[in-house]
Amino acid sequence: MSQPDHSPGAEAGFGPDLAEVFGPSQTDGGPELVQLLTPEGERVHHPEFDLDFSEEQLRGFYRDMVLTRRIDVEATALQRHGELGIWAQLLGQEAAQIGAGRALRTQDHVFPTYREHGVAWCRGIDPLRLLGLFRGVDHGDWDPAEFGFGLYTIVIGAQTLHATGYAMGMQRDGVVGTGDPDRDAAVIAHFGDGASSQGDVNEAFIFAASYNAPVVFFCQNNQWAISEPIERQSRIPLYQRALGFGFPGVRVDGNDVLATYAVTQAALQRARDGQGPTFVEAYTYRMGAHTTTDDPTRYRLSADVESWKLKDPIARLEAYLKRNGLADAAYFEELADEADRLGATLREGCKALPEPRILDTFDHVYAEQTDELAAQRAGYAAYLDSFEGAAR
Amino acid sequence: MSERITLAKGLNMGLRRAMEDDSKVLVMGEDVGKLGGVFRITDGLQKDFGEDRVIDSPLAESGIVGTAVGLALRGYRPVVEIQFDGFVYPAYDQIVCQVAKMHFRSRGRSRMPMVIRIPFGGGIGAVEHHSESPEAQFAHTPGLKVVACSNPVDGYWMLQQAIACDDPVVFLEPKRQYHADKADLDTSATPEPLFSSRVVRPGTDLTLLAYGPTVKTALRVAEAAATEGRSVEVIDLRTLSPLDMGPVLASVRRTGRAVVCHEAHVNLGMGAELSARITEECFYSLEAPVLRVGGFDTPYPASRIEEDFLPDLDRVLDAVDRSMEF
Repeated sequence: MSQPDHSPGAEAGFGPDLAEVFGPSQTDGGPELVQLLTPEGERVHHPEFDLDFSEEQLRGFYRDMVLTRRIDVEATALQRHGELGIWAQLLGQEAAQIGAGRALRTQDHVFPTYREHGVAWCRGIDPLRLLGLFRGVDHGDWDPAEFGFGLYTIVIGAQTLHATGYAMGMQRDGVVGTGDPDRDAAVIAHFGDGASSQGDVNEAFIFAASYNAPVVFFCQNNQWAISEPIERQSRIPLYQRALGFGFPGVRVDGNDVLATYAVTQAALQRARDGQGPTFVEAYTYRMGAHTTTDDPTRYRLSADVESWKLKDPIARLEAYLKRNGLADAAYFEELADEADRLGATLREGCKALPEPRILDTFDHVYAEQTDELAAQRAGYAAYLDSFEGAAR
Repeated sequence: MSERITLAKGLNMGLRRAMEDDSKVLVMGEDVGKLGGVFRITDGLQKDFGEDRVIDSPLAESGIVGTAVGLALRGYRPVVEIQFDGFVYPAYDQIVCQVAKMHFRSRGRSRMPMVIRIPFGGGIGAVEHHSESPEAQFAHTPGLKVVACSNPVDGYWMLQQAIACDDPVVFLEPKRQYHADKADLDTSATPEPLFSSRVVRPGTDLTLLAYGPTVKTALRVAEAAATEGRSVEVIDLRTLSPLDMGPVLASVRRTGRAVVCHEAHVNLGMGAELSARITEECFYSLEAPVLRVGGFDTPYPASRIEEDFLPDLDRVLDAVDRSMEF
């Protein structure tokens, strides 16, 4: 006599295994990362995303990454010396940022998080200006319109919607899909693995898909959202989410500057051509802390960090340059000197950043000042003046 | 040449004229296209200005406001429609953290000329979340400007002025008035400045402050009080941030008494701020404390009893009596 089948699936008439009915809830890891330069510095080729890089271009990438790392190291030290209140470190993410940053054209526009120091470098923003926000003297001291680079955005993911709206504006301005390389433009929105859980990011995907907006969603998956690992944010590889929103996603080795450049350039061109949004997941690792206030030893294994050190983005390009005789000793010496000079400039410049004045803040709230705020400012100015020997 | 119009028509005409005057003006929101909005404020606009300028959005308020931020940064002047007051909260972060702070954060380099239209207030027998009065939450936020129209003529002019403003304006529309009273609109007239309050009925005994949907109530109160020999001056505040205290203070210095009336909860509402400012500026002129009449400090009730929640003729008259007898 056989036992009756009491499984819920059987009662519903679907057979015993409901997993079979619905299919898998998780996909496999997807295709391999797009990679053009292995951690050992071997040049490999990819069927879709491959480019010929000039020697000058390769040395340029290397210089960008070395100097970006120097900015990060100096800023971290400045925080330790009490010159900055906080610093968001990018150590380990240089290739992802330089690859993405160098793929941009002048007319493109970037919406960064607060960690895009390498992209800012590519846009020609004086790195000293990046320090102001972290020193507490301003909220970002560059003109977004001048550099095509928005102000750092602290609220996680909020800028992805701004990017999508800006891209919608480009569509209306007729600078998408004209075929003129000097005219066609695109937007790139930076965010991280943690932000991928935010409603705003998901809404940005929906709006961008709905309007076919020329925007590249560039996610640096550095594996950690402060202390929370990527597994807390997603059960599937992040780039595979894109398909659910109706546009392509691709995972690139974010520690490989060549692959990141190639993939981002293709995604940006796709956007400029009017073919809509793309999701690029740059698979990388946050070698440092979330910020200088964080202590990663509380939540992750040093063995993991050690294994990622072997995939260092700068070391692999250095190995490639040296092995192929693309840069000589003089080049490396000169670059080391340049980095030292940059460091000295940052150390001196940081301390010389002008202190903000509270009375000025009243003037920045509105484009059209209100009488009541002007009166509040005047009242406070009079209060300050009431002190003997007041100088403001 | 004047025309008799409703508030809904005035807003529609105002939007149309703003779009004709400036090609950078865009309308965005849920159902604003073919349907013309659930209240028909955008009726016919998509047909005449196209889908690129009158944009039906996905159903996500943070997305609507967040993408409008990007459009504004690109040089557009988006006018976004939040379908109902209670649905603005998903966009609250974008409004408070991004829209309000962009000019300040960039020290004036990035402007945010955006209008966020919100049908507000109760009295239409709606289900939950459709009758709220969130004005104090926005008036409390530096960087935003907040105005409320009360009649068709103001609707027409104030909306155009808000669109022309280089700062973000939360534009509150009393939804129960949309299709109610008509008024004569002369489109060739010169409007008063946007951020100005207005005496809508002169009086000598007491100053009654109202805005949006309660202006009508306040005028009825003044009429009823007149039959008892009391002369109530009614001020339509029109602007809630910044406040235009000039006409208010001048009035209270004459009358010595003030009552504030709004549909929003009394606790920490606009009435609290108005009361504080009047007390600070008119202390020696006051014959009575400033009194507030508003929605109770309960969530908005089920619609069958909403008129008990809302400040009506009798509750405001009661406050007038208490002030006069003080």
